[in-house]
Amino acid sequence: MSTLTEAPPPLTPTAPEKKPPRKRGRLVPYWLLLPGILWLLVFFALPMIYQASTSVQTGSLEEGYKVTWHFATYWDALSEYYPQFLRSVLYAGSATILCLILGYPLAYLIAFRAGRWKNLIMILVIAPFFTSFLIRTLAWKTILADGGPVVGALNTLHVLDVTSWLGMTSGDRVLATPLAVVCGLTYNFLPFMVLPLYTSLERIDGRLHEAAGDLYAKPITTFRKVTFPLSMPGVVSGTLLTFIPAAGDYVNADLLGSTDTRMVGNVIQTQFLRILDYPTAAALSFILMAAILVMVTVYIRKSGTEDLV
Amino acid sequence: MITVTTNKTDHGGDIRLSGIAKTYGSFTAVHPLDLTVPQGSFFALLGASGCGKTTTLRMIAGLEEPSAGTVHLGDQDVTALPPYKRPVNTVFQSYALFPHLDIFENVAFGLRRRGIKSVKKQVGDMLDLVQLGEQARKKPHQLSGGQQQRVAVARALINHPKVLLLDEPLGALDLKLRRQMQLELKRIQTEVGITFVHVTHDQEEAMTMADTVAVMNAGRVEQLGSPTDLYENPRTTFVANFLGTSNFIEAEVDSKSGDDIVLKAGGGKLVLPEARCGAATTPGGKVLVGVRPEKISLTHADDAGEIPEGRNRINGKITNGSFIGVCTQYVVDSAVCPDFEVYVQNVDRDTRLVPGADVVLHWSPAHTFGLDAAQDIDAGVEEGAAA
Repeated sequence: MSTLTEAPPPLTPTAPEKKPPRKRGRLVPYWLLLPGILWLLVFFALPMIYQASTSVQTGSLEEGYKVTWHFATYWDALSEYYPQFLRSVLYAGSATILCLILGYPLAYLIAFRAGRWKNLIMILVIAPFFTSFLIRTLAWKTILADGGPVVGALNTLHVLDVTSWLGMTSGDRVLATPLAVVCGLTYNFLPFMVLPLYTSLERIDGRLHEAAGDLYAKPITTFRKVTFPLSMPGVVSGTLLTFIPAAGDYVNADLLGSTDTRMVGNVIQTQFLRILDYPTAAALSFILMAAILVMVTVYIRKSGTEDLV
Repeated sequence: MITVTTNKTDHGGDIRLSGIAKTYGSFTAVHPLDLTVPQGSFFALLGASGCGKTTTLRMIAGLEEPSAGTVHLGDQDVTALPPYKRPVNTVFQSYALFPHLDIFENVAFGLRRRGIKSVKKQVGDMLDLVQLGEQARKKPHQLSGGQQQRVAVARALINHPKVLLLDEPLGALDLKLRRQMQLELKRIQTEVGITFVHVTHDQEEAMTMADTVAVMNAGRVEQLGSPTDLYENPRTTFVANFLGTSNFIEAEVDSKSGDDIVLKAGGGKLVLPEARCGAATTPGGKVLVGVRPEKISLTHADDAGEIPEGRNRINGKITNGSFIGVCTQYVVDSAVCPDFEVYVQNVDRDTRLVPGADVVLHWSPAHTFGLDAAQDIDAGVEEGAAA
């Protein structure tokens, strides 16, 4: 009958379990944070410090660079390349607005109307990511090629006359004009707009639409007063996810643009890789970062999204 | 000043549903239904979940398009009108308050959509009516469930709709708050005189609040009437079981004597007023004899001689007794019905009435009702218990 005496211990907590958790147990959360902290340190903090020190160095390639706290580099970089800065903001801003105009209806459709097609459309939105960014951008070169069907159609419809008048294109060319760069940026960053928009639209309780309709709001008013305000977190994160990388992008301007459409990303790239003027390149990077930081802060304050989440 | 169109006591607020039906593919949510809800009444649609009551409500609101039939509000055919053009407002099940707007703006929403500019006084008055004047600048998620519920009512009522639709508005509240809100809603309804259509699965709630109750089952209205009428004269076993508890005895029609029918059941005789019998009464025919537990008296078998003449009697043995304060609920085993429920008022307790005691159940024939025997005795039992 030994089996009977070896009955499982009672389920009531026993004395040792009542002890406070051991020290190691309490430290576990911090140990779990360690990989992330290390990653940040090695791949974010250290490069930033290194770049910061580079930006205040002087010297030449042959003699080597030394930290001389030469802050004038910043001023020189800004005064020389401010057109490229402005262009970056303008192109990225236009692309962001276009992404919002194109992406919102799409996200709305996926969230509320797609039914069983929802997953398929989502896959179609993400599918371009399976191809390289470069290949996709190069494809636009073919799409917008001189004398190609797209340019031909735009020409026939006199769209190019309007865009030329706006300074977005020149003559009957689209390639190597600001329009081509903005098109490329819009195309490449559209999914970054659609996905956050979809997420925030999808979270909206369908009964709120019914309630608005029940309270005399026409469908368009329901959209203006209920759906759109509730999707603001998605609009804000979508525009940020589009604008920030677009402002620093150089591939689109490089492949689809011309020397007249150079953005700040192109300048930084050239300074770093061709001219090898590291301090200027680093200074430009910091100016761009600061500018984006300021714009984003103002934008988030203005849109008042902290109130929504 | 704002002029508010008040409802005159005409029939402008009548709801008339004619042949209204809703099907989803091959599933019929609501069978063709004719229903008139008179202006100013408090009408309850009662039924278990999935019985079509909410679908019916949503068709009145315009949130669901009927597959057939028409909806009239007063003389106006509103079947084709979208919700925002109907003079009807809804209190949704989970309130559906706008999370990005504060309480004031939630309540003002309907007024603003109709182009009313100065809403301050109206909204203030309405918030006072539901005792939320202090909370005007809070967001919905900062309020308790009961407060949110009152905001939902205020948001709908401020528009002075011809009809207020309530879709299980008290479902998310705890019992005590629910009782309180039932009385509150009833008070508001009496005060404003608007037609209320209230959907609920809680029979007690329907009976407490409504003037007229429609009991729905599987997409059909099983019976319609005042709460007392439904309770005392159920026409189907579903209604008899869903509203409260009923005991049923299968009996055979023996003969008629005057206005009464005499029935045979388990060797004994039972008397049933013919007026209260909803089944054919040809001799030899089967009838389900029903009686409510609280109508029955329980006498110990030793005192059987003291039972007055002319009462329906059944012999049995107590199998269970539970004391619940105001009354004691007994379960009695008898030849005609294995578990007869009897509620005895806690006035003079007979200490002999314990499980195992032989007893005589007796009740006045006037409290007996008869139903067609060709139906499921237990219809509505689980639904009633679940509710």
